[in-house]
Amino acid sequence: MIALLIRDLRLAFRAGGGFGLGLGFFLILAVLVPLGVGPDPATLGLIAPGILWVGALLACLLSLDRIFALDHEDGSLDLLATSPIPLEGVVAIKALAHWITTGLPLALAAPVLAILLNLATPGFGVLIVSLVLGTPALSMIGAFGAALTVGLKRGGLLMSLLVLPLYMPTLVFGAQAVTRAAQGLDAVTPLLLLAGITAGSVALLPFAAAFALRINLR
Amino acid sequence: MASLWEYANPVKFMRLSGWLMPLSAVLAAALIGAGLIWGLFFTAEDYRMGASVKIIFLHVPSALMAINAWAMMLIASLIWLIRRHHVSALAAKAAAPVGAAMTLIALLTGAIWGQPMWGTWWAWDPRLTSFLILFLFYLGYIALWSAIDDPDTAADLTSVLCLVGSVFAVLSRYAAIFWNQGLHQGASLSVAPGERMDLSYRMPLYLCMIGFGLLFLALVLAGTRTEIRARRARALLTRERARA
Amino acid sequence: MELRVTDLTCARGGLPLIEGLSFALGRGEALVLRGPNGSGKTTLLRTLAGLQPALAGEISCPPEQMAYAAHADGLKSTLTVRENLAFWAAIHGLREVGPALEAMNLQDLADRQAQHLSAGQKRRLGLARLMVTGRWLWVLDEPTVSLDAASVALFAGVVRAHLATGGAALLATHIDLGLPEARLLDLSPYKAAIPADLGFGGFDGDNGGAFL
Repeated sequence: MIALLIRDLRLAFRAGGGFGLGLGFFLILAVLVPLGVGPDPATLGLIAPGILWVGALLACLLSLDRIFALDHEDGSLDLLATSPIPLEGVVAIKALAHWITTGLPLALAAPVLAILLNLATPGFGVLIVSLVLGTPALSMIGAFGAALTVGLKRGGLLMSLLVLPLYMPTLVFGAQAVTRAAQGLDAVTPLLLLAGITAGSVALLPFAAAFALRINLR
Repeated sequence: MASLWEYANPVKFMRLSGWLMPLSAVLAAALIGAGLIWGLFFTAEDYRMGASVKIIFLHVPSALMAINAWAMMLIASLIWLIRRHHVSALAAKAAAPVGAAMTLIALLTGAIWGQPMWGTWWAWDPRLTSFLILFLFYLGYIALWSAIDDPDTAADLTSVLCLVGSVFAVLSRYAAIFWNQGLHQGASLSVAPGERMDLSYRMPLYLCMIGFGLLFLALVLAGTRTEIRARRARALLTRERARA
Repeated sequence: MELRVTDLTCARGGLPLIEGLSFALGRGEALVLRGPNGSGKTTLLRTLAGLQPALAGEISCPPEQMAYAAHADGLKSTLTVRENLAFWAAIHGLREVGPALEAMNLQDLADRQAQHLSAGQKRRLGLARLMVTGRWLWVLDEPTVSLDAASVALFAGVVRAHLATGGAALLATHIDLGLPEARLLDLSPYKAAIPADLGFGGFDGDNGGAFL
């Protein structure tokens, strides 16, 4: 299992692996929004939590189709399915690798972009915490969506249509936590709910995703 | 008594639905017609909302069926995953566009009702938002069905999506409540004291609700019959190709 | 331990392809599958490897004991030859990749990225993967595609060595491998009959047959 994690990380960091694309997308979004909305600091501060969370979500979505599609194309997925590692474990590890290369960097970079968007100071800590707690759910749900569409020729767009509705609770609790913190309110409840979604997703979705993969390999 | 599972046989299902479908369609038309005429012309106007309240006779039944259609798809998906009855999977497939249409009707009638009442066509109220999200779930489900060529693969994958989607749809509902407390009035059929509607409104509403239920049944049966015929045509075609 | 297949029926795309297939393969034996294109060789091998369910019949040997090699080698182009092989070795709980590299004559290419290999070199790397699985039964789909004559001979030697250590191999191939001891199994006689009756027969679990 560790070997699979190391391989996926190594592939992501090597040339053409796509590491940093999501981060770049996140940065561009944080630049585009003020250009579209106008430079008023109060307005930007008001919408900053939502923009940052939507941006993180879209940046995650961008790299989802790599989770299984590349392994499916070169035949690795067939071989992994016949390997001693249970397919559920393969799904969980690949989602973890996706999170390390996408979700975690987004969470760490978010405060810098929060400055650009004039987020109120009390929101910064909660922004990082909420992204660290919430992005694993985004990776796991995304892995499920990627597993559903892995055999399809142009699965990317369809996968967005399937995955985005599933992202809604995560987005609501994540953005609410930051909004509340930025207003000086208590953010513990949405953070706990966010952690709950992540825990539930990580516990259950590998089984659903592995089932979908087995169907698609058939 | 004969087992319910007998109707998992396409032939028996076709025979049963052959008379059940027109019957429920006629009954649905009669009940919805009666309910609407009663409701629209023979009930008093609300002292606050005037005549616009009468859209309730379309709004509430369609909203009810929008949710029940998903519940039916969930049950049909489970039956497919556990017992591998093809008819069940095809019924789930046939229910999705009907459920999506019901959701759309609920959203549209809600907008028409909301405009004079709240002064806006749309508000990001938790109920409205939940229904919009439900509509997106329906779209995703339908899109997945149409994207996959092999019918059994499609049935398997859409069933898993329906299961997972159900969990997240419920989560979205609570997330939406958490997110905004909203404008929408309480449940129309609430039995809580002081909230209960007058019997003169409830009777035609019940008629319309039963009528919508039958309408849903008729549409799903019609859709399932079409899907079974399409599967049969497909099976015949595959066989002919294999012979050639 | 041996592989015993009894009365196996497997299907592709909802249509039965092979019907009533039975054979046995013991340790130290090799079996070569023959049959024209579309006779179901790939389908049979995927069914044995557990990637798709059999419609009927029994397979005595669980997929966990088979090393399956398909048309695609499962190589990552930005990893080196050694890294690719070491990954599969680690997945199967083994460490040593040196002998496998040597056996497939890849030791000089060990530090080259897989994207810079020729088609035949990639294939050799894909076949070297079999040796690091530690599994006794090799299930190989067209293993010699894009191999030159020397590499085919090299591969035949590897298979023979595997058989000598108590392994077994099931190969679908069109060419002569130079393995005279291998038995041949022609799949043509097991071609599934196309369902002829238009009556509604059974309706559960069969792929589309319910609608014929």
